Amino acid sequence: MNEHIDRDRRKIKAVKKMKEIMTFYYIDAKTAADNNKKVAWITSGGPVEPLIAMDIIPVYPENHGAMIGASKMGVELCEKAEAMGYAGDLCSYARSDISCATVNGGPIGGLPKPDMLICGNNICGTVLKWYEIQARYFQVPLFIFDTPFCHTRFHPEMRRYVRTQVDEYIEFLETVTGKKLDRDRMNEVGRLSVAGQRLWQAVLDTATHKPAPLSAFDAFFHLALIVTLRGTRQAVDYYEELLAEMNQRVQDGIGAVPEERHRLLWDNLPIWYRTKWLSDKFAAHGACLVADTYTSAWCGSLRYMDENDFLESMAEGYTRIYLNIGVDEMARMVGEMVDKYDAQGLVMHSNRSCKPYSLGQYDIQRRVEAAKGIPSLMIEADMCDERNFSESQIETRIEAFLELLGERRDMPRPM
Amino acid sequence: MREILQTMTEIAAAPLRYARRLQSETGKRSVGYVCSYTPEEIIVAAGANPLRLFGVTGELTRVDAHLQSYCCSLVRCILESGLKGDTDCLAGVVFPHTCDSMQRLSDLWRLNVTTGFHLDAVLPVKLTTESAREYYFDVLRRFREDMERESGVEITPGDLWKAYELMGQVRSLLFRIYALRCAEPNLLSGDDLLTIVKASMIMDRRQAAAMLGEIAAALSRETQEVTAFPGTGKDRKRLLMVGGVCNHPRLHGLIEAAGGVVVWDDLCTGARYFQDTADKTQGDTRETAAREGEPLRVIAESYLQRAVCPAKHAGLTSRAERIVSLVRDKGARGVIFLHLKFCDPHAFDYPYLKTALDREKIPHLMLEIEDPLPAEGQLRTRLEAFMEMI
Ligand code: SF4
Ligand code: SF4
Repeated sequence: MNEHIDRDRRKIKAVKKMKEIMTFYYIDAKTAADNNKKVAWITSGGPVEPLIAMDIIPVYPENHGAMIGASKMGVELCEKAEAMGYAGDLCSYARSDISCATVNGGPIGGLPKPDMLICGNNICGTVLKWYEIQARYFQVPLFIFDTPFCHTRFHPEMRRYVRTQVDEYIEFLETVTGKKLDRDRMNEVGRLSVAGQRLWQAVLDTATHKPAPLSAFDAFFHLALIVTLRGTRQAVDYYEELLAEMNQRVQDGIGAVPEERHRLLWDNLPIWYRTKWLSDKFAAHGACLVADTYTSAWCGSLRYMDENDFLESMAEGYTRIYLNIGVDEMARMVGEMVDKYDAQGLVMHSNRSCKPYSLGQYDIQRRVEAAKGIPSLMIEADMCDERNFSESQIETRIEAFLELLGERRDMPRPM
Repeated sequence: MREILQTMTEIAAAPLRYARRLQSETGKRSVGYVCSYTPEEIIVAAGANPLRLFGVTGELTRVDAHLQSYCCSLVRCILESGLKGDTDCLAGVVFPHTCDSMQRLSDLWRLNVTTGFHLDAVLPVKLTTESAREYYFDVLRRFREDMERESGVEITPGDLWKAYELMGQVRSLLFRIYALRCAEPNLLSGDDLLTIVKASMIMDRRQAAAMLGEIAAALSRETQEVTAFPGTGKDRKRLLMVGGVCNHPRLHGLIEAAGGVVVWDDLCTGARYFQDTADKTQGDTRETAAREGEPLRVIAESYLQRAVCPAKHAGLTSRAERIVSLVRDKGARGVIFLHLKFCDPHAFDYPYLKTALDREKIPHLMLEIEDPLPAEGQLRTRLEAFMEMI
């Protein structure tokens, strides 16, 4: 087939729409003050639904961090943070955002100023420190949504504690905005949030087909809405459309990579400044990253969410997320994904920026290798700070890994 | 007193050897712990000896298969000691929730180390609200049940009160020793003081209290003599040390050789272990709670009130305020930050603490170190330059 036509056929049409939505979303956020709207900065795993229900515009510094990384502005901003006294081995999202706030730099000229900060520590302890810093800088109220870590269990007292905080959170929002939460509206937002997460899961699930109609690299991009606009009709509409497109691709036999020979699983955050490079590297060898632990985290706790009683179920849903559980449970989930997506290899990004995601990866790697009999590759890098990316070394390792996969593929499978 | 110090030095240098000896001589088992938020009172009440783990010193051979090099050396060294089997003499190990790295250490320990039991105490991260207080209490309650199950001992309120009192004694004696030495730094070298603190976190607490009592008495006798001949070494520059764990037996020696002396600290292996816990918890709360019969509430309160570690939240500026006021109260002329490389909570606090000190015109020096210590020559030069500056 003609290469150009083939590439066009493989382009995901919804991309354009997503870009539009995100552009409008940021314009909206940046002009919030003019429209008498309040802006809340919130962590990626934070409970956004009450904000939506109260017409507060949620803004995600981590999403901003990803944009900074993707536009290769990470190094400059990280260096600036280092000049401010922040150690060079702190999370590069935090470093970029902290320095960016002081200069309104970055790809979109900085985020709109927050009226309040909402910090959910279900992803890491970094966000606590990061949001403390921003609360001091912007002099705005900070709400900490404290979700105890579930090493092995989610205890009743944890549920009580987090459940109480849901009420405290709403009270906090009511105080800051001087408005009451409309409970009907809240229920509606809860339903939309669950609907959005289900659709996102369904989109990711289309990759169980062979060839997979989308890869993790596509998911990294289309993730933006389930993070930032979870709980809105817009997100639901968008993912319906995306799902329809993916289903159509499945029917037409269109894969994310030209000739899918290897199906792989990605672990950890993307390497934002090299997604294209990596995607091309893998695709050139017919390797498709069919799923990943990162984008699936935004629908991973669906089983705990009750769309008809959202506020009640939020405590558990927001506590038992992928990064807030033990290493063995994580390994088990990775194993399940290997089966579900029929992956033949595991690619792990050992991400210097993210300790809760990366420390423990060696154990996950060994456990999954042993349980599933598949090989794995560990890439040492960082999601935004390019100084920690050694291209030639990574290239060699990827090539060696793909060669190994090729050999295994040609070998008769043991029964 | 020289004898006591000698004993403590030996214990601090080989904590696990001490644990084995304690067990063979008295039958008492030790329970390892990794952070000063561990509710030691409950371990003591269960008839066990809380023993703080600092990890191996020396070569790391096993930990690289489990933890990346960008994890702090404290966590790496502790896991190494477990993997090597050094900790097998312990009845178990307790992991209170602190930072992201400790959190994963707990998982990796549970999955890879065979030492006795493994317990988590998933404490709240924010300490400022009523619900967090309540949850703190719940966590202690669960921890008591866990300890009862693991040690096969029933823990009564009486046991808890006794343990609380004993720990209070250890903590206030440490406070007293700090206070005496702060007034007269020549009484005791900084390295000896660190040894005393570390040994107190390792030894049987009753034995520790007895030794600390003797040290405090000896120091107050000497204080009188020293003040009788004032002027000795008064030219040394008084400093405050701020950071996480100090585990370097010769660091203070270097500081003192450069003309400084640390007179107080905000360290996990220092004043954060005892200061506010020793000061505030006696008295009123104690009596009301005693009537209500709930020692765990009082214990929880003592941890909620203590000087906060940066991995927890007790307000936006509390650490800076505390550090500035410590500098003033203790008559320090400068601050030495002692950070472990790859320690996120401390690294995030540094710029704001630095700004607060700059605003008050208090000079400061940052030492970012890893285990093992960097070349002494390099440290010495930096310390000397700093002393000259202040
Ligand atoms: S990348 Fe990791 S450390 Fe950084 S904010 Fe996200 S979860 Fe936290
Ligand atoms: S607080 Fe810092 S030094 Fe302590 S375990 Fe965590 S990262 Fe390591």
